[in-house]
Amino acid sequence: MANADLKANRPLSPHLQIYKPIVTMVMSILHRITGAALYFGTILMAFWLVSAAAGPDSYQFAMDVFGSFLGRLILFGFTWALVHHMIGGLRHFIWDMGHGFDLPTANWMARATIVGSVSLTVILWIIGYIVA
Amino acid sequence: MSDMRTPLAKVRGLGSAKDGTTHFWRQRVTAVANVFLISFFVILVIALQGADYASFTEALQNPFISILLLLVILVGCLHMKLGMQVIIEDYIHSEGLKLLLLMGNIFFASIIALSSVVAVLKISFGG
Repeated sequence: MANADLKANRPLSPHLQIYKPIVTMVMSILHRITGAALYFGTILMAFWLVSAAAGPDSYQFAMDVFGSFLGRLILFGFTWALVHHMIGGLRHFIWDMGHGFDLPTANWMARATIVGSVSLTVILWIIGYIVA
Repeated sequence: MSDMRTPLAKVRGLGSAKDGTTHFWRQRVTAVANVFLISFFVILVIALQGADYASFTEALQNPFISILLLLVILVGCLHMKLGMQVIIEDYIHSEGLKLLLLMGNIFFASIIALSSVVAVLKISFGG
């Protein structure tokens, strides 16, 4: 092993670009991406709360930012990421309990995650506009 | 001999990270709490959308709302700190950069948590 080629020319195991995307894999990736997005999305939460603590003028500024078209678009994405990550998390609870590992159930839950997250996000925003 | 446990018993089950299932367990405990806390948060944000300054501060001066909001902040920030730690450990293989990002992760989560907590407390105490 002394002259083993450690840096290059070694066979690589197949990676993401080789596999055909399947629904469980896409949901797994989305769970991580939404988690990371929510991580940075907390800046918005801190901005909202600190602006309010700083006084009426900065609170109004934050409201204008969130109320703008771009602000609403970002908040819509934030809502979806939140809902998607939560439903994905519920799926992890089911796996933690030792259930749902068989292929039909895993596939069904993966599809339910994306259908559920998109529908719930739209429903929440409809409710939001109704109560506004 | 104040400690009667053998060295083997002390390390058994702790694995290479030396903290056993602590990380996994905290991730799950905060996740369970977040199911309820984030649901509350979403409802609160919908209820407070477009609220003027007076009604916003009035809402946060309700102790039930401010206490739950503080829990949202603290549990949420702990959960995201744990999650981002895993992402960094998974993808960053250079030891120096990994260390730097793991520290930055703790700084970021702490700053978000503390600034949000101070903001909520200031408003809820009527300031």
